[in-house]
Amino acid sequence: MWIYEKKLQYPVRVYSTNPALAQMILEQFGGADGELSAGIRYLTQRWTMPTNEGKAILTDIGTEELAHWEIIGTIVWKLVKDASPEQIKGTPFEAHFVNHGKSPFPHDASGVPWTASYINSKGDPIADLHEDMAAEQKARATYDWLISISDDPGVTDALRFLREREIVHFQRFGEALRIVQEEMDKKKYY
Amino acid sequence: MSNYMDREQKNLLLEIMEYSFALVETNLYLDTHPSDEGALKLHNAYSQRYQELLSIYEAKYGPLRYTQMSGCPWAYINDPWPWEIDFDN
Ligand SMILES: [Fe+2]
Repeated sequence: MWIYEKKLQYPVRVYSTNPALAQMILEQFGGADGELSAGIRYLTQRWTMPTNEGKAILTDIGTEELAHWEIIGTIVWKLVKDASPEQIKGTPFEAHFVNHGKSPFPHDASGVPWTASYINSKGDPIADLHEDMAAEQKARATYDWLISISDDPGVTDALRFLREREIVHFQRFGEALRIVQEEMDKKKYY
Repeated sequence: MSNYMDREQKNLLLEIMEYSFALVETNLYLDTHPSDEGALKLHNAYSQRYQELLSIYEAKYGPLRYTQMSGCPWAYINDPWPWEIDFDN
């Protein structure tokens, strides 16, 4: 089960009202390589992971991704909470606003809603861990693009933190993959 | 709803957040290196300090987790919620 801790994993500081940037950040809230995809992907793959190291890493990284999803929602909220309809009009956030108001919603930067087809669970630990490593690099690349367009130093700071986490996750999934492969090799040659 | 949190409470919360994050790091590392004694030592030290800070915070400002005790009324619901906190004011 899960227990909520009433705190963010990283303090989110936002210094501007910027609906256009908020819309782009939503890419990581409900886009293909976003935090929701990551969390649901890893947590769903646990049942068929054969090693204890793999079960643990899927559980704990999957859980951390949900904390990142909360951080992304908070960045979006802080960027739009004080925006007037006038400030929203004509920005890429306008279409979001007429459907969801100022609530974050899991869609990507162009408004395509989140779908489970962004993720997979193959019932095969080698396939799954390779997907997870690729997913971490794709999330890292998305953060690179977002950082390159952010003009709010607080937002950039939080995005840099999240980008670093993807690199750590990639490393840990690589280790989990190596452990699974070693286990499988042992079985073959006994 | 208020997003105001006084300095003292915010500093304690930020310290808890730092220890909590250090524990995420040691946790993930230990998941794939379960026999690394140095990392375990670090993890256990962070864990002890984390529990201490949580007890101090929760006794003073109310639960961060629903499993903890509270005076009346139930202080868990108090604002600001995590996404409302102004970390700079
Ligand atoms: Fe990740």
